[in-house]
Amino acid sequence: MNLSLSFRLARRELRGGLKGFRIFIICLALGVAAIAAIATVKSGLENGLRAEGATLLGGDAEAELTYRFASDIERQWLEAISINVSEIVNFRSMLVVVTDQGEERALTEVKAVDSLYPLKGAVRLVDDLDFRASLAPKEGRPGIILEQVLVDRLGLVLGDQLQLGAQSFHLGGVLVSLPDAAGDGFGLGARSLVYAKDLEASGLLAPGTFFSSKYRLELPDGTGLDALAQDAAQRFENAGLRWRDGRNGAPGISAFVERLGAFLILVGLSGLAVGGVGVASAVNSFLTLKTSVIATLRSLGASNATVFQVYFIQITALAVLGIGLGLVLGVGLPIAFAPLIERALPFPVNLSIYPTAIVQAALYGILTAYLFTLWPLARLRDIRPVALYRDQVQAHQNWPAPRFLLALLLLFVALVGAASFFTGSVRLVLWAAGGIFGTLIALYFSAYCVKGLAKMFVRTAKGRPALRWALASLYGPREATGSIVLALGLGLTVLASIGQIDGNLRGAITTSLPKVAPSYFFVDIQKSQMQEFEAILSKNDEVSRIESAPMLRGVITKINGLPAKEVAGDHWVLQGDRGVTYSEAPVESSKVVAGEWWPEGYTGENQISFGDEEAAEMGLSLGDTMTINIMGRDIEGRITSFRDVNFSTAGIGFVVSMNPAALRGAPHSFIATVYMEETAEPRILREISRAMPNITAVRVKDAITRVSELLRSIASAITYGAIVTLCTGFIVLIGAAASGEHHRRFEAAVLKSLGATRTRILQSFALRAAIMGIGAGAIALLCGIAAAWALCYFLLDTEYAVIWSNAGLVIFAGLFANVLANLFFALRALYVKPAQILRNYE
Amino acid sequence: MSETIISLNDVQLSLQGNAGLVHILKDISLDIQRAQSVSLTGPSGSGKSSLLMLLGGLEAVSSGKLEVLGRDFSSMDEDALAIFRLAHMGVVFQSFHLIPTMTALENVATPLELAGRNDAFEAARAELNDVGLGDRGEHYPAQLSGGEQQRVALARAAVMRPGILLADEPTGNLDGPTGAAIMDLIFKLKEKHGSTLILVTHDPILAQRCERVVHLTDGRLVSDHRQETEVSA
Repeated sequence: MNLSLSFRLARRELRGGLKGFRIFIICLALGVAAIAAIATVKSGLENGLRAEGATLLGGDAEAELTYRFASDIERQWLEAISINVSEIVNFRSMLVVVTDQGEERALTEVKAVDSLYPLKGAVRLVDDLDFRASLAPKEGRPGIILEQVLVDRLGLVLGDQLQLGAQSFHLGGVLVSLPDAAGDGFGLGARSLVYAKDLEASGLLAPGTFFSSKYRLELPDGTGLDALAQDAAQRFENAGLRWRDGRNGAPGISAFVERLGAFLILVGLSGLAVGGVGVASAVNSFLTLKTSVIATLRSLGASNATVFQVYFIQITALAVLGIGLGLVLGVGLPIAFAPLIERALPFPVNLSIYPTAIVQAALYGILTAYLFTLWPLARLRDIRPVALYRDQVQAHQNWPAPRFLLALLLLFVALVGAASFFTGSVRLVLWAAGGIFGTLIALYFSAYCVKGLAKMFVRTAKGRPALRWALASLYGPREATGSIVLALGLGLTVLASIGQIDGNLRGAITTSLPKVAPSYFFVDIQKSQMQEFEAILSKNDEVSRIESAPMLRGVITKINGLPAKEVAGDHWVLQGDRGVTYSEAPVESSKVVAGEWWPEGYTGENQISFGDEEAAEMGLSLGDTMTINIMGRDIEGRITSFRDVNFSTAGIGFVVSMNPAALRGAPHSFIATVYMEETAEPRILREISRAMPNITAVRVKDAITRVSELLRSIASAITYGAIVTLCTGFIVLIGAAASGEHHRRFEAAVLKSLGATRTRILQSFALRAAIMGIGAGAIALLCGIAAAWALCYFLLDTEYAVIWSNAGLVIFAGLFANVLANLFFALRALYVKPAQILRNYE
Repeated sequence: MSETIISLNDVQLSLQGNAGLVHILKDISLDIQRAQSVSLTGPSGSGKSSLLMLLGGLEAVSSGKLEVLGRDFSSMDEDALAIFRLAHMGVVFQSFHLIPTMTALENVATPLELAGRNDAFEAARAELNDVGLGDRGEHYPAQLSGGEQQRVALARAAVMRPGILLADEPTGNLDGPTGAAIMDLIFKLKEKHGSTLILVTHDPILAQRCERVVHLTDGRLVSDHRQETEVSA
């Protein structure tokens, strides 16, 4: 074996230019560009979040508590370790404006701050007003700053009077941005900003009201953040204190970016797989064209290994070109459009050249290129010198040698391993890889089925020449039915699964939920107000149902005496604080499925009834003990029953319920859901608000709209990723159609010489493309539905139903894309003079 | 005197090549009578294949007049020419030009299907039998030898019983004995169906088997040799 000879021969071969390799290069470049772009934006966001961590957090470190303020001991420790401590309170409430037409109200997320706020960054207001001046009292009323959406909804102008609980405020300014907004996470209402001291007379923040307090710290230079985090955990974790520092100022967003980024990279990888089909098809066509060259080399004495090397080197050179182009595009475009991207994203983003993004995209690119080209390259040994004298179309289609099959397996493992490493989610990658691989296998067999069915039905098409030619060309030799069905089918599978997932997620929130959901949630109802609250509602005939439950917030700290996270990992029930309730009997919406509910008036050892699904996920059994920290106090109980908790109706559902005696001493408020006629809502709301201004009403429809908006933006991001996959799929189609143009021209010329009209020939070409499009679309739909069902059922834990409108769209897209791509080239073939084609064939 | 079915009058053919306009055929005037066999001979590049393409309506004349069976080809569009060919002509090419995605039987049946014949496959099978390939109907062109492919092409050209049979170097890609067998077959079919045969060939012996030998050089008709008389151009 002489490698330098192989290089020389490869270089000579490449003199022929890139003709025939345009699709190869574009497919690879597009796939790599998409991944490089996603990875660059993701790295930019991570970098931005890291760099601005302290600003997003609002301080160098933060201690957060739920339902309570810091105890004296906690406060003393916080002051001891820092230069400054700023206290912030977050809670939900209702803004009320009295106008000539009556009262207007709106839900808001209140951020009550002290004079030190913000320790980091700056508050920006419309017209660059000073926020401290805006909060200053005017005519005896303190100032409040609102987000524009609230100002518009309530029809306010600066200086207008409005009410928060029992406290009157003047509108001092309109909020543009808060430095720590991203760290606050998702809220159901728009934000308002006040001084905490101005709330003293509001009647809000009574014991048992749901609020969180945050203590932002300015730390001395050189403070060891790790040691401090460890110290805080040791001292106060069991007291429900949650510690964060500036290294990860917005963990919610970081996790969101991480997960969405990983998901988008997988969408990008599916695009690369679609491109891989195009790459394989391009290499196949190229090697077919090179049959005589290869046969000549072999007849001159070149070994199998030399021939393999010559073409492996060429493919590598072209892959490097495609990957390089993809990297330039994928890294260059986000940087070129940095100002636009920065404006569109609500988080800080530092778009720059990130080596990890480049390495990741390049690695995926080269592994995919080899994965899809090794098979055709491995079959070079099938080309023998005799091909110079005989048509090799019907040559035996042998399997590649075992060493090539092993290399293919290793490449696949390397690709999955690389994706798992870079996305950090082995499970998601294995799901995606399994899905793509399964889809490719299904499509491969469906291509066989299309050919088989075409062969079966060709006899029935006698007397309809256009249909018969179309069917014959589907199963005949030299046809790209396989690669077209694969490329189109894989692209459409991505479209189908994204459409199904998107439709199901939107449907779960916007369609299924409101049919059974209550009209309003009321929170922060004090125990002393419950009677009056129920009385107001009961006298209104428009109210059909009221459900209420006591609500406390608590953090599950231990299970069977061990730290809870050691036992149940990162289960969502353990993340942050959870609602905890108590009742004498199980509520209507949850049924005991295992164990026994405590008897009425039970006062023995504390008992816990836990959600059965969550218990199974966390590995809990009846008899396990659990410690819940509620307002700084540890309450231990034994799990004595599991309940089936139905969260899907938006009614009241608590994972943790205890016997009443266990929680009797803890101050708490009540939560209520009310089902009422829409027309009566404003009047009833007014009555409740007037009698009990501290109660917050959350309109379920509004909450659903907010959640839907968030989901829509996620769906849009995924759609952009899918568009690249579809574009790649379409380019592969164009490539397949273009490579078939030669055959179409010849077919058209011969058919014309036999007396066929152009219309008839065109009909045949269109039918052929349509049958392939429908076949690929149908299989893609099945694979897409299976993928979406698996994702909804196993990963998203939501119910799944086939969205038939999206499904129809996929079939239509398959049909349309394939007919369009094929007819473009078929039309060109039709208008070439037959003599020109027939003469060139001589 | 037999009826003239093909008439060329001052026909010119010029095609746009990479180096500019190329004059392929110059001032060709020629009449061909029904059931006549005519060979078109000449050196490579003399324009004989191009003349055959014109006669088949596969190429359009640049100037002059070409009438076949009384129809002026220059007034017919591509589809009208296709329908005309289906009804009256059969064409055999040097490279056979079988459709690779169709079996031998399907290739032969295609013109019959185009004509809407219900017995397309039966007639095609009979025609394949006639050319000695009754047992190769389900084979694809790539599975047949050159001689077999040309027989299929011949069967396809003859299956519609065309009044005019055009053959462009039908033995050019075949060895001597196979080529001779194909020619025997062509003449047998011509006789059997009473067709007019126009044959492009390099082979003088083959050309002599025709009633007329038309010789072209550099796009011009230089001689038209008949059995009885010889006319110099």
